[in-house]
Amino acid sequence: MGITLSDSAAKHVAGFIAKRGKGIGIRLGVRTSGCSGMAYKLEFVDEPEEGDLVFESHGLKVVVDPKSLPYIEGTELDFVREGLNEGFRFRNPNVKNECGCGESFNV
Amino acid sequence: MALLHIAEPGMSAEPHKHRLAAGIDLGTTNSLVATVRNGIAVCLPDEQGRTMVPSVVRYRTDGSIEVGQSAVRAHATDPKNTILSVKRLMGRGLRDVAHVEAMPYDFMDSDGMVRLRTVQGVKSPVEVSAEILRVLAARAEASLGGELTGVVITVPAYFDDAQRQATKDAATLAGLNVLRLLNEPTAAAVAYGLDNAAEGVYAVFDLGGGTFDLSILKLSRGIFEVLATNGDSALGGDDFDHRIFCWVLDRANIAPHSREDGRRLLMKAREAKELLTVCEEVPIKASLQSGEEVNLVLTRDEFAHITEHLVRKTLAPMRKVLRDAGLAPEDVKGVVMVGGATRMPHVQRAVAEFFDQEPLNNLDPDKVVALGAAIQANVLVGNRKDEDDWLLLDVIPLSLGLETMGGLVEKVIPRNATLPIARAQEFTTYKDGQTAMAFHVVQGERELVSDCRSLARFELRGIPPMVAGAARIRVTFQVDADGLLSVAAREMSSGVEASVLVKPSYGLSEHEIAEMLRQGMDHAGDDMTARALAEQRVEAGRVLEAIEQALAKDGELLDARERMQIDQSMAALRATLDGADHHAIRQAIDTLSRATDEFASRRMDKSIRGALAGRNINEIEV
Ligand SMILES: Nc1ncnc2c1ncn2[C@@H]1O[C@H](COP(=O)(O)OP(=O)(O)O)[C@@H](O)[C@H]1O
Ligand SMILES: [Mg+2]
Repeated sequence: MGITLSDSAAKHVAGFIAKRGKGIGIRLGVRTSGCSGMAYKLEFVDEPEEGDLVFESHGLKVVVDPKSLPYIEGTELDFVREGLNEGFRFRNPNVKNECGCGESFNV
Repeated sequence: MALLHIAEPGMSAEPHKHRLAAGIDLGTTNSLVATVRNGIAVCLPDEQGRTMVPSVVRYRTDGSIEVGQSAVRAHATDPKNTILSVKRLMGRGLRDVAHVEAMPYDFMDSDGMVRLRTVQGVKSPVEVSAEILRVLAARAEASLGGELTGVVITVPAYFDDAQRQATKDAATLAGLNVLRLLNEPTAAAVAYGLDNAAEGVYAVFDLGGGTFDLSILKLSRGIFEVLATNGDSALGGDDFDHRIFCWVLDRANIAPHSREDGRRLLMKAREAKELLTVCEEVPIKASLQSGEEVNLVLTRDEFAHITEHLVRKTLAPMRKVLRDAGLAPEDVKGVVMVGGATRMPHVQRAVAEFFDQEPLNNLDPDKVVALGAAIQANVLVGNRKDEDDWLLLDVIPLSLGLETMGGLVEKVIPRNATLPIARAQEFTTYKDGQTAMAFHVVQGERELVSDCRSLARFELRGIPPMVAGAARIRVTFQVDADGLLSVAAREMSSGVEASVLVKPSYGLSEHEIAEMLRQGMDHAGDDMTARALAEQRVEAGRVLEAIEQALAKDGELLDARERMQIDQSMAALRATLDGADHHAIRQAIDTLSRATDEFASRRMDKSIRGALAGRNINEIEV
C-alpha cells in the first residue's frame, strides 16, 4: 500500500525542495501528543535515518520511520487551498476520529 | 482546520503550538506582509492575488475605515479623510515635517506628534499606521490559519528614536507582538542571503514611491553595520509619474483640468511608467471630463530623456554616502536594488554605471524588504535549528550622549555599536557642595548640543554635599534590541538614583498610549522568550570576549586561585549557552561578573588614576 502524494502535493513538494536548494524528499510520520493522541509530522529530509522506509511517489522520495508506518499506511498526502490559507493534509484511512484541527487524530 | 507545512528536519511543531511569524514592510507608499512557509519566504497575497497594500487609510463618515486600494480611489474626492504617506509623519512634530503645506490634511499642531482632524475625530500618525498593520496582520492570520506569535517590522536605517518608538506603538495598538524592528536595508540584504555570504561592504539602493534611501552596509561575522546613509526624502517613483503627466499636458496641449481629470491622467502616467519597464513604447489614452481626448505614445527613450534629471539626482547622494563611509565605488562588493521604482531600466543602468557592476535584482524589488523581515521573524520565534542559525544584529544609527559643560556632547554609545548594548560612564560634580545634577540626553554625531537632537532631560537630586570632583556619578545608557533607549544615573557613594526611559520628545505621552491601548486593544503581546534568549546569548558573548581580552592583558594581576575561579565561571557560562534557558545564562553572567569584580577594580586602579575626574556635567542650582 505504502504512502502516496496527490498530484497537487507532489507538484508543491517538488517546488519547495527546489527553492530550498537542498533535501532528498519529505518525511511523513506520527508521534504521540495533541488533543486526541497522535500528531502528524511533516518535514524535509536531508538524509534518511537508519531503518527508515523509503517510498517513491511522482518521482519524489517519501520517508517514513517504521514505528509510524502502521498509523499512516495507505495515506495520501494532499495539498489544498482554503480561502487564503493553503497547505498539506493527510488523507489517512486509519483515522477513527480527528480532533477537528487536522493536526492530531486517533486510530 | 489547520493545514500542515513542511518543517525543517526535526523541527515539526507540537500540534496547536505552531509559532507563526511574519515580516512586515510598512512602507511610505506600499506595505506588505511575508512569512516563511515550507522553508521559503513568501509575500502573502489577498483574495485577488495582490501582495501590496497601498499605505492609504480612509476614515469614512459612516464610521468605517478603508485601507489600501479602495482608499486610494477616494483620495481625489475625500482628501482630508484619506491619509497617504503617513510614514512621513511618524514621530514628527508639525515643524519637522517637510512640505506640510503641500499636504491636504487638516493638521492640528500639538506639543508632540502632529495630529490630523478627520470625520472620525483627531487621529495621530500612530493610529493611522495601526490601521495598515491591522489589515496586514489579519491577512497573515487568515493565510496561516492561526494567531501570529510575533512580527518583525522594518524601518528606514535613518529613523531616529522617536520614529522607531512611534512604529512600535502602532504595532502595539494593532495588537501585534513586535519581536524586533529591523532596518530596511538590512532586511533587503538578508533576503538576498548576504548574511551567509562573504564578508564585505554592500550598497542598498532603495527608490520607492516618494523617497530615495541609500545605505552602505558592512557585513562582518554575521553583523551588519550601517556605515552611512544618504538619500532624498523628496525623490521617488511619483516624480517620474509627474514628469509623464506634465509631458502629456504639454503634448496633448491641454489646459489645467479638474481634480478628477488630474487624477485620471496621473493614473495613466503611472501605468505608462510601469509598463515601460517591459515594453519599448506604450499608448497613453484618456477621455477627460472636460471633453478633451488624449491619445499619445510614449517611448522608452523619450521617457528616459524627460526623466534624466531625476535619475541624475541620485548621483550626488551616491557619491556622498561613499565619501561618508570612506569608500570608493570599487570597494562595494554588491549592490542591492530595493523599491518598485528601481525596476526602471534607466535607473538600473545609472546604478550599474556608478558602481561599475550589475546590481542584484533577481528578487522582486518591492518585496525584498518584507521577505528579509519574514526570514528574521522566523528565526526569532525559534522555527529554525540552532546550528545553521545566526542572530542578526543591528546597530545604533546615531551616537547617543550627554550634554556636558559648555554645550558640548560627551558620547556614551557610539554610532554603529551593535544592539542590544549597555554602556556606563562616570561623571563628577563641578562645584563644592553641589547636590543635584541635570542630564540632557542627545542623539547625533556633532560636537555641539545645539546641532544634535534632544531626546530627554532628567535630574539627579539628593547627592550628598562633597567637594567638587569627589562625587562619582555613574550614568548608564541601555539600548534594547529595537534601538530604544533608557538612561539611569546613580551616585555611587550614596546610591541615589534617577532614570528616564527615553520617551522621545515627539513620541506619545504615557497617558495617551494607555488611553489608546484601552480603546483599541484586547491583548498585549507576551514578551518573547526567544528574544530574551537571543539577547542573553549576545550579552554572554560580549562579556566572555571582554574578560578574555582583560585576562590576556592584565592576567598577572591575579593569583592562581583567583584565576581558576574566573576560568571556572567562564566555563560555566559557556555551558549554559548550549541550552535554551535565558535565566540560566543570565545567572551565569551575573556569577561571572561577581567573580571578576575584584579583578576589574584592580585593573581600574592600574590604569591612569584620576582619569575619572575632570568630566563635568552642567550643574544646576537647587
Ligand atoms: N514596473 C515598474 N516600473 C517602474 N516603477 C514601478 C514599477 N512597479 C512599481 N513601481 C513604482 O514603485 C513605487 C513604489 O515603490 P515601493 O517600493 O512600493 O514604495 P515605498 O517603499 O515608498 O512604499 C511607485 O512609484 C510605483 O509606481
Ligand atoms: Mg520601501
